[in-house]
Amino acid sequence: MSVDNNLDDLYREIILEHYHDPHGRHEIHDADIRNEGKNPLCGDELALEIKLSNGEVEDIAVRCQGCAISVASGSMLTDAVKGKSLEEVKSISTKIKGMLKGEALPEDFDPEDLEALQGIRQFPVRIKCALLAWATLENGIKDYEAGKKETLNNITITSTEE
Amino acid sequence: MNAVALDIQKIRQDFPILHQEVHGYPLVYLDSAATSQKPKSVIEALSRYYLETNANVHRGIHTLSELATSQFEATRSHVAHFIGGVANEEVIYTRGTTESINLVAQAWGDLNIQTGDRIVITEMEHHANFVPWLRLAKRKNAEIVYIPITGDGLLDLAEAEKLITPNTKLVAFTHMSNVLGTINPVGALTELAHKQGALVMVDGAQSVPHLQVDVHELDVDFYAFSAHKMLGPTGVGILYGKQQHLEAMEPYQTGGEMIHMVSFTDVSWADLPWKFEAGTPNIGDVVAFKSALDYLDEISMESIRQHEIEITQYAMDSLKATGVITIYGPEDVSLRGGAVSFVVDGVHSHDLSTILDTQGVAIRAGHHCAQPLHSRLGVNSTSRASFYIYNTLDEVDRLVDAILQARRYFVRG
Ligand SMILES: Cc1ncc(COP(=O)(O)O)c(C=O)c1O
Repeated sequence: MSVDNNLDDLYREIILEHYHDPHGRHEIHDADIRNEGKNPLCGDELALEIKLSNGEVEDIAVRCQGCAISVASGSMLTDAVKGKSLEEVKSISTKIKGMLKGEALPEDFDPEDLEALQGIRQFPVRIKCALLAWATLENGIKDYEAGKKETLNNITITSTEE
Repeated sequence: MNAVALDIQKIRQDFPILHQEVHGYPLVYLDSAATSQKPKSVIEALSRYYLETNANVHRGIHTLSELATSQFEATRSHVAHFIGGVANEEVIYTRGTTESINLVAQAWGDLNIQTGDRIVITEMEHHANFVPWLRLAKRKNAEIVYIPITGDGLLDLAEAEKLITPNTKLVAFTHMSNVLGTINPVGALTELAHKQGALVMVDGAQSVPHLQVDVHELDVDFYAFSAHKMLGPTGVGILYGKQQHLEAMEPYQTGGEMIHMVSFTDVSWADLPWKFEAGTPNIGDVVAFKSALDYLDEISMESIRQHEIEITQYAMDSLKATGVITIYGPEDVSLRGGAVSFVVDGVHSHDLSTILDTQGVAIRAGHHCAQPLHSRLGVNSTSRASFYIYNTLDEVDRLVDAILQARRYFVRG
């Protein structure tokens, strides 16, 4: 019995590399944005922290307890957004979420490793695994932007559950 | 009746759904704890009902209505007999175990739980026997406490005795855990509860399909189960309740079918069991459920239990022999049923079930509607293989092979 070809699309080598050695698993104690995401259906949990400097992502950490897809997606996310402004981060997130749902990426956008997540489309039940990190990121930014009016460095811990 | 070995190949002939390929491999269905497959006789009974008998029950004075009513009530008599020979008045139709428990939480709980009362449940409950009690406790300002599990997945009876205090009004627990497989000592727990004047609600969703259950002998006050886990259709559940309790309870829902008399100013309830069956029930599925009970009677619950002990032992031995799998729940198969939850070192349960699926092996991954139990076990999720009358030892081999494939895929070097 050999493992299906489809599986090699889902678990591309690059995904397994990120899974086995995820990037950005450290802790950021003075983070400006903090959020926790949870996938109540499968129990996957993810903590995300961002340190901003001049409106750009100076440091980002993602610690995920979950399957290969959610861990790899979170690890790739840290690579993709570092050094970017929050506007750029939001735009990247929109594009990646679109890609996961089957939309084409703009010609001028290089998703780098994230391109490997495209194989997930053949496994609809697993798309939410890849989305967890991005949803947690977007909610974290939203809370940060909502809270910013009142106090700078407002730290919000919320969950994407429900 | 004595246990005779099941003729599994003959049984498999009765389940058309099993004879298909998934992703190019013969299907291995190991998710019967979620829902069982249905024999041809049940599927045919359902279609026969709609082809020949369909009419509303307890209403028309015409032939089809009388036929439908008698078939609908024949299932009730059969259920009453199946769980130990209770009265028909004590067998209430619901949508499933979940609704049966919610019915008790509302119709009994609202009247009988007061501020400061205690509800005792366990750490191993399915959300269906957890959330309704948590909600009731919050609504009534009552206290809810949990009987802990031991390291090998049994209920800690010494702790149970301490937790079941004189102010305890209800003890609710599962007969068989859908995660750990543990078969709980219903009789002993019921005695502890009754000694303190508390009633007992048992979640039988996983036990009635697999064990001979006699609710009289167990002396429980309420017992709930679902047809769909025992060869029957979805959308039918049973609540057994002792007549004296059901009599004293208020209705759960009101409307047609459940009233005796209604005037512009007053209403009186129908007799048991119809007092708890408002509206047009799920007649077709109830009628077809009888064929599932016939099927189980025919092969006998003793033989089913015998087969499941054998296959569970074989599965636990095979999984353990890999050296990379942690199994949860009791080691002793005489204390457990055929739901086996495990974690494969280095492979997340979600990834495992995707990989197994591409090889035609259907298992369940996640928290199996038992989040508190999983946090108690210290894991986010587990994989679960569960067995029933149509599963073979060869299928266990297919499971183990597929797990080892998955591990080679994920754990390299
Ligand atoms: C132990 C246990 N209790 C309750 C339930 C709920 O049953 P249902 O979904 O049929 O209402 C299940 C099955 O999902 C179960 O395994």
